[in-house]
Amino acid sequence: MSNQSPKTLFDKIWSDHLVRQREDGTSLLYIDRHLVHEVTSPQAFEGLKIANRSVRRPAATVAVADHNVPTINRQNIEDPQSKIQVETLAQNTKEHGIQYFDLMDQRQGIVHIIGPEQGITQPGMTIVCGDSHTSTHGAFGALAFGIGTSEVEHVLATQTIVQNPAKNMRISVNGDLPFGVTSKDLILYIIGKIGTAGGTGHVIEYAGSSVQSLSMEARMTVCNMSIEAGARAGLISPDQITFDYIKGRPYAPTDSHWDQAVEYWSSLPSDSDAHYDHEIVINSSEIDPMVTWGTSPEDVIAVNGVVPSPESAKSENKKKSIERSLEYMGLQPGTKMTDIKLDKIFIGSCTNGRIEDLRKVATIVKDKKIASHVQAMIVPGSGLVKKQAEEEGLDAILKDAGFEWREAGCSMCLGMNPDQLKPGERCASTSNRNFEGRQGRGGRTHLMSPELAAASAIKGNIADIRDFT
Amino acid sequence: MDKFIRLQGIAAPLPIVNIDTDMIIPKQFLKTIKRTGLGVSLFYEMRYDTEGKLVEDFVLNTKPYDQSKILVAGDNFGCGSSREHAPWSLKDFGIRCVISTSFADIFYNNCFQNGILPIVVNTEELDQLMSAAKSQTEFNIDLPNQTIQAGNLSFNFEIEDYRKERLLQGLDDIGITLGYQDDITSYESNKKNQKPWLFGDL
Repeated sequence: MSNQSPKTLFDKIWSDHLVRQREDGTSLLYIDRHLVHEVTSPQAFEGLKIANRSVRRPAATVAVADHNVPTINRQNIEDPQSKIQVETLAQNTKEHGIQYFDLMDQRQGIVHIIGPEQGITQPGMTIVCGDSHTSTHGAFGALAFGIGTSEVEHVLATQTIVQNPAKNMRISVNGDLPFGVTSKDLILYIIGKIGTAGGTGHVIEYAGSSVQSLSMEARMTVCNMSIEAGARAGLISPDQITFDYIKGRPYAPTDSHWDQAVEYWSSLPSDSDAHYDHEIVINSSEIDPMVTWGTSPEDVIAVNGVVPSPESAKSENKKKSIERSLEYMGLQPGTKMTDIKLDKIFIGSCTNGRIEDLRKVATIVKDKKIASHVQAMIVPGSGLVKKQAEEEGLDAILKDAGFEWREAGCSMCLGMNPDQLKPGERCASTSNRNFEGRQGRGGRTHLMSPELAAASAIKGNIADIRDFT
Repeated sequence: MDKFIRLQGIAAPLPIVNIDTDMIIPKQFLKTIKRTGLGVSLFYEMRYDTEGKLVEDFVLNTKPYDQSKILVAGDNFGCGSSREHAPWSLKDFGIRCVISTSFADIFYNNCFQNGILPIVVNTEELDQLMSAAKSQTEFNIDLPNQTIQAGNLSFNFEIEDYRKERLLQGLDDIGITLGYQDDITSYESNKKNQKPWLFGDL
């Protein structure tokens, strides 16, 4: 690739981080920021110890416990295994001189919430974490992707990763988002359209006026679920909205470094004639508020739609897959989505656990009560999101409506901590995966936006925000 | 890392699409701080009932498939989370090769870190291999020649050269990269001049 040829945002970040080609033809890519959490790191640190290796750049690394942590009574982690995992992270970070936000630190939270919140996430960076939702950070125009534990160990030891370039895919969404349609609906719609393997081998760049008009937090929701579309990373061009969001955060550049950084960041957007291996154009008017009916994020439909029939499948495999999903979900073809009764509401996760999400929920449930048969919980994405919400009085509104107000963590998005669904329980969730058993064995998950989840909490059924009063 | 050269044995058929990493190894088993011991929990929710008893008709609980070294599965195997516990649990069970029409990127990569060979075949090949697996035909996987042979079926498969070489030799990636330390150091000193804000300490 010559310097003159037009480049995508991805190409630019890639070439700027290429240390060299290895003899075997793979590329050694430099990593600017490494985020570490308790679940996927202990074996990596153990591997370093066994091989007598050290961490190359502890100061480029930050750690937090989020997956396992209780959202009530945090002083005491009851599950002995969870406790060991959290303690192991504290011990490993101490041993290697890595910054660790402990459970009592207000900065503790979901790793993908705190990176942006602290200004650690910046445009043009390469960012990795042993977690697939690392794609979230792509909202800043950073190349950010999830890695396995062996790669975590590799990055700790070498500050690099072995890669081959991904293919470029651009998804452009144009026009104003219709009433009731959010960035969550936008990404669910995209996943429904291209499928959960649609982005495999690609980095997806989200473009177009609908995307450009989104706030940083809404952009993070879109990039977060790139992995559910099969892509390891999502990207959005950095712009003034990005710069304004970063400025003044604890780890943002300052003074002359800020000016230098903004100049560089401004050079990152894809060249107008850059080549994409795959292009998709969507008109925003096609998009409705979306909700999942099955056990894969691609099993998604407009909230005013009906549960699909296996007979509608285009292939025998797909038919079997729909049958399996419907059996697990306990749903009959033809049922209106808004007739589906709920047991639980979960608002939170790295997809939708930020302050704007909580504000939207509070606006919808203000002076209302959740349906008597539902249990609803809100888990802020970080201690600082929680504090901000409390300063704005959102917690009072939410508690008055009947929501439980919890401490920060991944919580019921994956149910590694005590927050889980019981078999057969049905949940409206603002998280990212509706896999079988994801939120608890036998639990049934319907993914949706915070707005839909809030309205659904009040109605006790899946609700269409457009009809909600 | 264990080498992978050739593999012989029956293959377990798992004709489900989008088998995700939560299915392969559910969350409660991610609390370990070790890489080993996860085989018994592989496909936990399909393999055990709510009382923890073996589900008798689940393929990996039936003979001879309980000794499978190969898995034949539906499209998009390994989608979902980055948990390396997925390949760790497969390997601990004894599975060294997974055959599907497609794999999620992170899972695919994680396999090679653990001496597991993921093989991509086309839909027709998968259908035939699935039938062969169901009839307990012996599979022969030959990595040097990049072939799968089962009964009278014989297919070639693609694999990137560097991945093949690493599997054949059982190479440790970190050891290779540490051989490039001088390049990494010189990259860092260049960037410190060009983009000093990237080197602020966390």
